[in-house]
Amino acid sequence: MSKQNLNDRRYSRDHEWAKDNGDGTVLIGITDYAQEMLTDIVFVELPPMGKKVVKGEPMAVVESVKSVSDIYAPVSGEVIAINSKLEEEPALINSDAFGEGWIVRMRIDDAAELALLLDAAAYDLLISEDKH
Amino acid sequence: MDYTPHTEEDIIQMKAAAGIADIEELFADIPAKYRLAQLPDIPAPLAEQETIALMNSLARKNKLPRLTLTGAGAYHHFIPAVVGHIINRAEFYTAYTPYQAEISQGVLQAIYEYQTMIAHLTGMEIANASMYDGASAMAEAAILSAKTLNRSKIVIARSVHPEYRAVVRTYCWSNGYEVCEIPFVKSGQIDLDLLQKELDETVAAVLVQSPNFFGSIEDIAPLADVVHAKGALLVAGFTDGTALGILQPAGELGADFVVGEGQSFGNPLNYGGPYLGVFAAREKFLRRIPGRLVGATVDKNGRRGFVLTLQTREQHIRREKATSNICSNEALCALAAGVYLATLGQNLQKLAALNIQKTQYLKKQLLGLPGWKEVFTAPVYNEFAVSCPDARKVNEALKKEGIIGGYELQKDYPELKNTLLFCATEMLSREDIDRVVDTVKGDR
Amino acid sequence: MELIFEKSRPGRSAGSIPASDVPAINIEDVIDRKYLRSGLDLPEVAEVDLIRHYTNLSRRNFGVDLGFYPLGSCTMKYNPKVNENAAALPGFTGLHPYADDELAQGNLQLMAQMQQYLCSIFGMAEFTLQPAAGAHGELTGIMMIKKYFEKKGEKRHRILIPDAAHGTNPASGALCGFETVTLCSNSEGGVDIDHLKSLMTEDVAALMLTNPNTLGLFERNIEEVSHIVHEKGGLLYADGANANAFLGITRPGDLGFDVIQLNLHKTFSTPHGGGGPGSGPVGVGPALVDYLPVPRIVKTDNSYRWSENYPDSIGRVRAFYGNFNVVVKAYAYIRSLGAQGLKRATQMAVLNANYIKEKLKPYFDLPYDRVCMHECVFSGSRQVAQSGVHTTDIAKRLIDFGYHPPTIYFPMIVPEALMIEPTETESKETLDAFCEAMITIAHEAQESPHRVKDAPLSTEVNRLDEVLAARKPDVAWKKQ
Repeated sequence: MSKQNLNDRRYSRDHEWAKDNGDGTVLIGITDYAQEMLTDIVFVELPPMGKKVVKGEPMAVVESVKSVSDIYAPVSGEVIAINSKLEEEPALINSDAFGEGWIVRMRIDDAAELALLLDAAAYDLLISEDKH
Repeated sequence: MDYTPHTEEDIIQMKAAAGIADIEELFADIPAKYRLAQLPDIPAPLAEQETIALMNSLARKNKLPRLTLTGAGAYHHFIPAVVGHIINRAEFYTAYTPYQAEISQGVLQAIYEYQTMIAHLTGMEIANASMYDGASAMAEAAILSAKTLNRSKIVIARSVHPEYRAVVRTYCWSNGYEVCEIPFVKSGQIDLDLLQKELDETVAAVLVQSPNFFGSIEDIAPLADVVHAKGALLVAGFTDGTALGILQPAGELGADFVVGEGQSFGNPLNYGGPYLGVFAAREKFLRRIPGRLVGATVDKNGRRGFVLTLQTREQHIRREKATSNICSNEALCALAAGVYLATLGQNLQKLAALNIQKTQYLKKQLLGLPGWKEVFTAPVYNEFAVSCPDARKVNEALKKEGIIGGYELQKDYPELKNTLLFCATEMLSREDIDRVVDTVKGDR
Repeated sequence: MELIFEKSRPGRSAGSIPASDVPAINIEDVIDRKYLRSGLDLPEVAEVDLIRHYTNLSRRNFGVDLGFYPLGSCTMKYNPKVNENAAALPGFTGLHPYADDELAQGNLQLMAQMQQYLCSIFGMAEFTLQPAAGAHGELTGIMMIKKYFEKKGEKRHRILIPDAAHGTNPASGALCGFETVTLCSNSEGGVDIDHLKSLMTEDVAALMLTNPNTLGLFERNIEEVSHIVHEKGGLLYADGANANAFLGITRPGDLGFDVIQLNLHKTFSTPHGGGGPGSGPVGVGPALVDYLPVPRIVKTDNSYRWSENYPDSIGRVRAFYGNFNVVVKAYAYIRSLGAQGLKRATQMAVLNANYIKEKLKPYFDLPYDRVCMHECVFSGSRQVAQSGVHTTDIAKRLIDFGYHPPTIYFPMIVPEALMIEPTETESKETLDAFCEAMITIAHEAQESPHRVKDAPLSTEVNRLDEVLAARKPDVAWKKQ
């Protein structure tokens, strides 16, 4: 059973979350549902600092033993911090996808893009459909 | 002779179980007009005795030389008896790729040990489980560099084996990358000035060999600096793997990848294959390199064991995003190499030294002949180029004595007329070398 | 078990080097010291310890000579010993690849005849023996397709690949700069013809088809598939991984295929060696002959020679001529079996697969219940639903019964797939005993699932921690 999808952030259809820090930056990670599907994550390829990413394009890669998945940018912007703890401890995504397992912090180009993402209730619905 | 154990009675029972009256029913999905009554143009079956007689007659149509003085990418070395005894154990040679680790610990551990030996010999942190051959290993390193750096040009020394350059060209063409060749200077080494001029931000990798095709040892350290200054990667190949027993490996001199032909390690000449593609790299490329990798881990009781690891790099998971499509290795050749290297141990250095002694002797004797000249000035391992009055005539004279002579460099380097590339390994005795020189002199 | 490095003791050696018989020189006089290495750190063991080390390793390995190895899509048939003896003849092993053609007439004749035999067996115009493995052959085949369109001046960007295909197919396509597009399977496990029609445009270079496909099913609509592809100027590529299903029965060239890659180590009985060396010859129809890799063998009056004189060739994909010594074994195999033997091998391979399919059908889900070719694909879904026993557990439990497990989780379109390929060299008793083991495991899955989930219990190591291996990779031993 995956953890509750939180109301303090928005969700993409590709199972990323984006949390508005209120200072023009957002924190980005993958959802608990996504980590559950991926199973034990063994490696995370992080983007370089300062990288400009475009909404919907791959910005990082997560690998499990059996799969490799792109993480798509839920919004456009510039990477201003990466969670370098993941280089040593990729399992943080498995244990705490919504917290310690965050992936990047980005300066968002257009804050309005956040509103285009799903809220927790809509994302709940999406994954319940996914399961059937 | 076929190898099906089915008796008539078996077939009757099995057909009944499968719910068919006639074997042909099994092939009903194949449109009738495309079904053959019999294969055309395939000879009748042979009994085992006839098969081996036939194979013997074909093998005898080859003329084995008394001596081989050509290296040029394939080397005649002594193979200790243990190598054949080990690789002919059916537990090894009749196994598939070790997908089921619990019943494949033998080959997995042997490959892990091989990877360790290769990493050490090449001066690298990691090596893969092997690739098809030295040429394709070099091409894979070039493609990986281009994909990693997102650059589209590959620079290769003209002193790299001509067939390796051809393979690199083919792989690069198919991927849409440009290939540029850098000439050599009088030493036989790469022209560093021209390389510097050619290097720019579009170059992904520079490919050299040391010893190179002419036998010359390249000066890797300054080369690595020049290449890295432009953000490109250095792929350093080698020709005869036994050179690694005595020469400073490129991995200790700044190369990013060391690739080469591992045939010299316990694998026969075999008319060119199967051989062993050695591929070693810096640790930072661990999750990107092509080919199989064996890793150590533990089972649930904490016992050490080995598995194929980091398979997400590979084609069957990454599919169209894979940097290579390779899915096998040359496991049995790698096993032979592992056994060979474990057999020699520290003696690999002695063997390499012996190769140098023989080579220097052959070289000295040949250069004593009228009209014979050294072509390149750089130090060599067990191959060297010499020019002579008439290369063709020399090889013809040697052939009459049952000796495969030097490799005629003019085939690939039109400017190197009457130039022969000779190789001397531990397989040549002083008497052999004297015979070669006498033959060339025309004393015999 | 200890590593060879852990057995190493300074001063021991299993190898001896002859004393030099030439006048000694000082190595540093001919090679500058800066080029010489400082130390060498290879294992130092005595010969007896070396032999015991590797012999004991071999005892921890499973091969066809030890037991049944129904690894789907890998064709683990028996490797006849006469082929090994033939390949070990000094005449075949001893020659340098640059020996004059005149000295290598036996090798050249063998290779030329092998190409002819393969042309006859597969209905192709010409073959190359240069690629070193199946995937290498695949790359070579797609390169030729790329060159073909380049020469025609047509820019085609796409390659169609069925959803059931092996992962090498999209990888090979991408490495030649093609975009790969997935073609759906229909409910019978074949090509969805309507989907093919909608995808097949003049931007498509080729359809890569495995036939029979990875479900072990022959493409019933092959004529129509071929017509649709060729009508738009595309080429039809055959992945020959499953050639053991049709040798002597039908020929890909006759069915409309323009190019096929083989795996001599599957279809033609050469041993896999624990992951190679293989050999991946590629056959082409008339349209692609000019693009074959160089060098090619040319026959003149009474002799053979190599020629590089093919200006439209894709070039080389490997140094020298391919895995020649593997080709020798496959050649001996073809000559031993002859036309009748090859056909009988196919018939028995297909009969064996159908026999297993029928015997196991009551116990495991069979997603596509029709006559199969040389392999059958079951699903472990029923066991997952009933008791949470997964296909991987079934596979591991088979090890305890003395079998190598089938291929699992492939093809990906079948959940919990179990792909069983018995090959023709297995007797009815072997198949019966294997089926008994599978049925026993099916019962165990219901009655004592933990026994299946804890398997294997009979091996030196239990299931290994693959997550640890991938998180903290250790691919080369370091001295503590």
